[in-house]
Amino acid sequence: MKAKLVLELFGFAVLALIVAALPRFISDFRARELAIVGMYFIALLGLSILTGYSGQISLGHGAFMAIGGYTTAILSVDGIYGHQIRDLWTIPIAGVIAGIAGLLVGVPALRLSGLYLALITFGIAVSFPQLPKKFDHLFGGTTGKILNLAKPPFGLSTTTNNWMYYLTWGIALVLLVAASLLVRSGAGRALKAIRDSEVAATSSGISLARYKTMAFGISAFYAGVAGSLYAIANAYVNPDVFPIILSIYLVVGLAVGGLDSLIGLIAGAGLIYFLQNHADTVAGWINHLPALNLDPKQPGIPSMIFGVVLIVVMLLLPTGAGGLLRRVFRPLTGRIYTRS
Amino acid sequence: MLIGAFTWTEFAQQLAAGIREGAIYAGLALAIVIIYRSTRVINFAQGEMATFTTFIAWSLMNHGLSFWTAFPIVLAIAFTGGVAIERIVIRPVEDAPVLTIVIVTLGLALLLNGLMSVIWGGANRQFRGPFSTRTIDVGGVPISVQDIGIVLVSIGLVVLLALFFRLTKLGLALRASSVNPDSSRLVGIRVGWILALGWGIAAVLGAVAGMMIAPVVFLDPNMMQTILLYAFAAAVLGGLDSPIGAVVGGILLGVTITLLGRYVGFIGSTLKLPAALMLILVLLLVRPGGLFGRVVVRRV
Amino acid sequence: MSLLELHGVEARYGPVKALHGVSLQVGDGELVAVLGANGAGKTTTLRAISGTVRRSGDVVFAGKKLPRRPDATARAGIAHVPEGRGTFNELSVWENLRLGAYARRASVKKEAQRVYKFFPRLEDRRDQQAGTLSGGEQQMLALGRAMMARPRLLLLDEPSLGLAPMVVNQIFEALTRMKTDDGMSVLVVEQNANLALAHAARAYVLEVGNVVVEGTSDELRANESVRKSYLGY
Repeated sequence: MKAKLVLELFGFAVLALIVAALPRFISDFRARELAIVGMYFIALLGLSILTGYSGQISLGHGAFMAIGGYTTAILSVDGIYGHQIRDLWTIPIAGVIAGIAGLLVGVPALRLSGLYLALITFGIAVSFPQLPKKFDHLFGGTTGKILNLAKPPFGLSTTTNNWMYYLTWGIALVLLVAASLLVRSGAGRALKAIRDSEVAATSSGISLARYKTMAFGISAFYAGVAGSLYAIANAYVNPDVFPIILSIYLVVGLAVGGLDSLIGLIAGAGLIYFLQNHADTVAGWINHLPALNLDPKQPGIPSMIFGVVLIVVMLLLPTGAGGLLRRVFRPLTGRIYTRS
Repeated sequence: MLIGAFTWTEFAQQLAAGIREGAIYAGLALAIVIIYRSTRVINFAQGEMATFTTFIAWSLMNHGLSFWTAFPIVLAIAFTGGVAIERIVIRPVEDAPVLTIVIVTLGLALLLNGLMSVIWGGANRQFRGPFSTRTIDVGGVPISVQDIGIVLVSIGLVVLLALFFRLTKLGLALRASSVNPDSSRLVGIRVGWILALGWGIAAVLGAVAGMMIAPVVFLDPNMMQTILLYAFAAAVLGGLDSPIGAVVGGILLGVTITLLGRYVGFIGSTLKLPAALMLILVLLLVRPGGLFGRVVVRRV
Repeated sequence: MSLLELHGVEARYGPVKALHGVSLQVGDGELVAVLGANGAGKTTTLRAISGTVRRSGDVVFAGKKLPRRPDATARAGIAHVPEGRGTFNELSVWENLRLGAYARRASVKKEAQRVYKFFPRLEDRRDQQAGTLSGGEQQMLALGRAMMARPRLLLLDEPSLGLAPMVVNQIFEALTRMKTDDGMSVLVVEQNANLALAHAARAYVLEVGNVVVEGTSDELRANESVRKSYLGY
């Protein structure tokens, strides 16, 4: 046990070193890209606690990111009673508010199982973008809100993109440590017990209600932080910044990366970013195949590519890169689909 | 909170429109339930499959066929497509965790959506439906012939489907396969192909829903997306494994949402979908299995 | 040549091997019993024949190698009534029977009449949901469903489990009648060895996935270790 812990600490130290040193070797733009990957990573970390550890499927976590993003926007632009809040300090507030929203969702979620929960959370993801349009005096409607450009604090002399990179990955590492501690704690064991068998967990005296809602709240907190960072990096928020499909991307990133493998989550985050923004690169690779000539700018081609990639990846790696999908979801599935 | 004046005439019209909306949701919800019941999979591509077949109908009609000539052709294509998708895309992952299969259907949805944009382009199109758009007088209330036609077609489809499941050997095999696939194999049913049949039927339901709604809204690749969401809501409302629930849920949802949208100013048209969601959520708290669904009681 | 022959059949559940090379035969119109303690592999043997569990080793039925899939086995003329009866609990009695005849082109009504003659109680309950039937009635329904297929070979798993003696008699009577009327062969797994040997022509005793004793019923009844371990005297 001790050896494993030492190994993990070592791995973490290596990761931290890489994170710290990388900007020296990469372009400013790349730093920004990696920053956004880091934000997705944070969101995936939270989602893995929810889905990987308590076994609840959520297709709506984009909404929690939106809550975080909008909180940051409102607090830093409108402020409270006209007193604007520095964007940095809004991050934890955004996380907490998103977390509370997560708890609120987690309570009724207790009554729903598996796919019912997935559909309801999907409904949340879809309904949510409508809210800013409705309450437009607070949320800025379809035009949204424009934030001040992110400035490195204390007059540090780095570029905005580098600053965002360090901020994001700094927070990501802290949250990673927090997640690891959670997983190792009594609460983490309770969550794993719930995932493996709710019946057995209850018989051992574990309160399903407490831990399942807690998992929802924590995962929403993480998503809120990620959303907040995204708003800061983007310098504006509107309903299109956190679209419906974001929730889908998150689940896809989680599934493809594997549910609780660290590398898997980073890979998943990378995949989300890559597919969202680099469909043309993929199209370029595909064009090397004979007889195919795809124009990546033509509307529809990116969707097709993303769709095919999803199908092919899941066909090849049905249990995700981390391989944990099967272990997690066996108790959830009322499987009847066998070969014949 | 009420907007505008209230007249019985308008109420009746809203009711009719709500029933018509509900009939569309019911058709798609039925497709979702059939697939869910037999394979425990939520087919997120149901809407895109429906839109795709509607585009095919449009193309056929553009080449001179009348609606009713194209209709059976499109249904046949939809059926074949549904069977093919199940056998080619779903079968390889049939043993995989549910989340994987869900993502595969999501990928399929994206693929179809993109394909439609590529083949037909994203512009809105007029779709000439089979029913005229004139209104007739029903007890003093002007009701659109189209609405009546849509509801009749949907009812007819549901009745046909019910007869199929109750009376035919294949229908029985499909029901048996979704209830107990192991025993179904023991009586000689090729469960895999029967499930593919289920996907084919679901695709046909979707095609009909698409061809019914296209004259009302414009035909474009994203036509079915909101409708699919309402259909999910209807299916959940009725209970994900109950075909009756899908139909009842669809109609209920259609009527409720239309009336709420018209008469409750707060909701208007922007908050219709969130309102639907809230309703479903509240209902699920009271009846976790939906209106007609079974709640699986696990004995310890 | 026998109707059914197993040659060194092995079967496993994941990493656990349940059958270590079972060989047995069932002749035309024969009722053969498989005896043994819990976990001996009796149920697994039936599952291996019908293809419900993965097997290695050949099963020859009516001179041809049997495919390894349950639906193909059913269509070849083997009816398997599994442990737990395998009734379609949410469907009606009548629909269960109808499913039994799925693989055949027979008049379902006529075949059902035959079943009702053996088990009149099923006719009384024909529109009832199968899951609401009593244990004995469900066993009758399971058997009736198998009858609808007019199989050449019936695989029957623990028919007496949890049933009153009178009902068990009814069932075995029906089995014997099916044997004589249709020339059906039966391979029955039973924990109640006395009952099994009373009706079977021959029997095999399994222990931990191997056949340890085989012979006619008389031979087995005369075998001292069999008597002590399984017959209780």
